[in-house]
Amino acid sequence: MAQLDQHKTISFDQLEDIIYLLKMSSDFDLSGYSRSSLKRRVERVMAMETMDLVDLKNAILNIDRFTSYFMQEISVNVTEMFRDPSFFEAIREKVIPYLKTFPQVRLWSAGCATGEEAYSLAILLHKENMLDRSFIYGTDINQHTLDIAKKGVYSIKNIKKYTENFNKVYALSSLSNHYTAMYDAAIINNEFRSKVLFSMHNLVSDNVFNEFQFISCRNVMIYFDKKLQERVLNLFYESLNLFGFLCLGTKESLFGHPIKDNFKVIDKTYNIFQKIR
Amino acid sequence: MTTSAQKIILIGGSAGSYNLIWDILHVLPREISSAICVVIHRNPNFDTQIEASLSRRLERNVISVVDKTEIRNNNIYFAPPGYHLLIEPDLTFSLDSSEPVNYSRPSIDVLFETTAEIYGKNCMAFLLSGANTDGGKGLMSIDANGGKIFVQDPEEAAIDTMPKYALEINPNAKILSKAAIIDFFRNLDQSYRNEKH
Repeated sequence: MAQLDQHKTISFDQLEDIIYLLKMSSDFDLSGYSRSSLKRRVERVMAMETMDLVDLKNAILNIDRFTSYFMQEISVNVTEMFRDPSFFEAIREKVIPYLKTFPQVRLWSAGCATGEEAYSLAILLHKENMLDRSFIYGTDINQHTLDIAKKGVYSIKNIKKYTENFNKVYALSSLSNHYTAMYDAAIINNEFRSKVLFSMHNLVSDNVFNEFQFISCRNVMIYFDKKLQERVLNLFYESLNLFGFLCLGTKESLFGHPIKDNFKVIDKTYNIFQKIR
Repeated sequence: MTTSAQKIILIGGSAGSYNLIWDILHVLPREISSAICVVIHRNPNFDTQIEASLSRRLERNVISVVDKTEIRNNNIYFAPPGYHLLIEPDLTFSLDSSEPVNYSRPSIDVLFETTAEIYGKNCMAFLLSGANTDGGKGLMSIDANGGKIFVQDPEEAAIDTMPKYALEINPNAKILSKAAIIDFFRNLDQSYRNEKH
């Protein structure tokens, strides 16, 4: 903790140097990231590792696998099962009835971090008797968080919070029917794990990889500038079936992006949109 | 197209600061030549409609910041609960849901520190009543970047932890009574000129 207090600061120009260096030496292009937020994350890594700017540049260039560690640490991987329970209620009330009209449903949790949202969707689909004809893809840029997601093992401490969230969506059901607890950990039951595929996908540089009826990307694009947001929104648009759904975070918006004209607002508070053209 | 605000006033408050913030916003002149940004600690589970009701009551733009909101003169911005609020070099707001700072998200330090770097001497900050130590370091950054910093008189603050801590580490901060703070905002443009001297 004492080390974290030792404030390592860099200037915006120095941040540009780091972005450039990463782009030249790895697959990671941060040039579309929001600068102030990124700067704080980079300074945080420097403080944790007690690195100055020279150390950091050195590590990026010379230390094997440092860049993937660096990317993992600058990413914000905060997530929960049934995070924002009212969002899941909105999905259940306003989106599920539509999805039921599709013979098969593919869902994409984009920027899934440790996978909690993907499993929440699987459980929701199960509760709505749709899981057998659904399949969920969870993607992220960090192999480490994807490994955690694949295992589907979460600490009991977190499960407590997840249970509170779940019961706000399904008051009469129990989250514990969906996992198996062992000591201080819980593993999501296989019937849900087998319906989710986690894989690497970078919203910055990768393209359409499947066709979806539902895409959720909440609190991911807040780290991107408007131009990169435009790219990602286009990618989602291209990946969606006609009448498919796009969900963003509550403080994100399609407004201000030309692509909004191709969507209809389904829920204004929870930013649920439907592709209509 | 209107241009971005070239000056900004920040107000940070926590427990015990709501009434004063309410009073400040009610005495503001009709037209102000800067943006005002308020960050208060509040529970994300109660996404209260403070902004919407204030907006109606005051008949002016009181905005709960959405990602990439542009910073405009004469607008009052509130940090949304559950996110850190930051300012980008292109004078837009950005949001970040990284770990709480000082047990708080939004954290006053985060907003103050990023604003200090972008706005420099064109930034003023007020730190009010509160029960933790958020905001003190942020004031240091604003001071170091040439901005003006003010702290509510701890004697008058409902909870004095936050202003007391801020004053301990910010010898340059001006201590203001409630009445002086309200006066400052009532005569904002005049107050600006006085501060420039």
